[in-house]
Amino acid sequence: MAELTRLTIAEARDRLRGREFSARELAQAHNLAVEKARPLNAIVLETADRALDMAEVSDKRIANGEEGVLEGIPLAVKDLFCTDGVRATAGSRILGNFVPPYESTVTANLWNAGAVMLGKANMDEFAMGSSNETSCFGPVENPWRLPGNGSPIVPGGSSGGSASIVAARAALGATGTDTGGSVRQPASFTGLVGLKPTYGRCSRWGIIAFASSLDQAGPLTRTVRDAAIMLTAMSGYDPKDSTSADVPVPDFEAALGGDIKGLRVGIPDEYRTDELPAEIAALWQQGLRWLEDAGAETRDVRLPHTKYALPAYYIVAPAEASSNLARYDGVRYGLRVKGEDLVDMYERTRAEGFGPEVTRRVMIGTYVLSEGYYDAYYLQAQKVRTLVARDFENAFEHVDVLLTPTAPSEAFAVGDKSDDPIAMYLNDVFTVPASMAGLPAISVPAGLSKSGLPLGLQLIGKAFDEETVLRTADVLESAAGFEAEPEPWWEMTQ
Amino acid sequence: MSLDKATVSRIARLARIRVPDEDLERLGGELDNILSWVEQLGEVDTSDVPPMTSVVEMRLPKREDTVTDGAYPEKVLGNAPESEAGFFVVPKVVE
Repeated sequence: MAELTRLTIAEARDRLRGREFSARELAQAHNLAVEKARPLNAIVLETADRALDMAEVSDKRIANGEEGVLEGIPLAVKDLFCTDGVRATAGSRILGNFVPPYESTVTANLWNAGAVMLGKANMDEFAMGSSNETSCFGPVENPWRLPGNGSPIVPGGSSGGSASIVAARAALGATGTDTGGSVRQPASFTGLVGLKPTYGRCSRWGIIAFASSLDQAGPLTRTVRDAAIMLTAMSGYDPKDSTSADVPVPDFEAALGGDIKGLRVGIPDEYRTDELPAEIAALWQQGLRWLEDAGAETRDVRLPHTKYALPAYYIVAPAEASSNLARYDGVRYGLRVKGEDLVDMYERTRAEGFGPEVTRRVMIGTYVLSEGYYDAYYLQAQKVRTLVARDFENAFEHVDVLLTPTAPSEAFAVGDKSDDPIAMYLNDVFTVPASMAGLPAISVPAGLSKSGLPLGLQLIGKAFDEETVLRTADVLESAAGFEAEPEPWWEMTQ
Repeated sequence: MSLDKATVSRIARLARIRVPDEDLERLGGELDNILSWVEQLGEVDTSDVPPMTSVVEMRLPKREDTVTDGAYPEKVLGNAPESEAGFFVVPKVVE
């Protein structure tokens, strides 16, 4: 049965349809794997019974020839998605035992396509973090460890639980959300594929909001094909999200397998920073050669405002967060701490409910939006954001897709950067610019570092051109032939 | 620039987060580090640049102003820390 957890989504789908095993058997194997993976702290709520119930429905649909594109596929769901009747916490004490009375559009789309829910995945509190150390449930461990060293390594963040459980072969895929890199950076740290679609491709309705002009749902999977399959199911126009794009959803899987002869791949000069470790620079060069060998033309491009994208993000995102998180007041749901009067109740509830990183960002956001500072900080950041987006527009007049590293480092040890917010923020230096411009981007596992941890490369595409991104990623994935897997140490610890 | 305790206290009040006096200095230092780092944005000439207002070009959709949802007060109140007779209960705000 353990073999069932090692399949890709595409393989499991085909073999379910071939009646080689049942959706129930697949769900049982994954429920067991999730249980064994508890030392990773990747899942904050297991929904094993629900998984079996959903799998039985899938078996009936398969028997009747009515199966959806993800029929019977067991997935984990980041705890930022509202799931009807199943607790959603956003990794925060302030939501307490919040049980949503409705389903997010993205997860509803997945269940309609036949997917099976294994559980809710741990995450940085309100998706604010790059290491999954800010969760009120404690840090998530990366299934990868340094060879011969048992020290815990972070899985990246904020979708760290989603990444960890898929990398541990305990879920075939997972939903994440990406505001500044929260799907792509954990994918890079855990040897997975992580895709952030174009802003507007997936509905944000029912996803607990962090920064509304940046948040996008995306899949974490073991292959590019699986990412394409999941994205097809997750996407689509939703009248309940006014920024949801009313554009057709292609079958993204059909975009794979084409050749990339003549494809113009841009290499942004500004991403060659002095701080970039030599082995990541070398892997980037290797990626470029792989694409050239497959017939692509590579060109240098300039994105002159790149260095300003990250500081602009750390004004825009906290500003939006301070507004979005104003709703947590102890009145309608979640934690309430009694106070002397209404304002005292608000202040005590929020002081106890928010962790240190969320408090910092809400206060930064409040400050940059406050009277007298709005123009200097927030307005300037939104103007810089226009320049960052224009850089990409200019580059895409000459190229079809951009190739960059996903992150400036391999996964680091738990505790390494948790005392230095800016060092932590710099993890997202290569992922934030595409987020600021709303562009689709993917991280593909491309190799191992000298110390034996996974490293990813990022492809960035034009708005709503996920198909070129996926097609190129498919070529990159084949050329890289990344087959390494973490040793399942967590199975031995029980 | 640096954030004095009174400023941190004012931001905390605006953000409705209680910060004990003994934490004001530490928090001020942390916020200061972040703000000094983002201040590099001041170098960028944005004199003729409009602020971004929409990430992807789109027209805001409109719909008829009619009720499309609701009429389930028990669901709305289901997660309330305290409710009574179909209402959220809050501390008294009028004497």
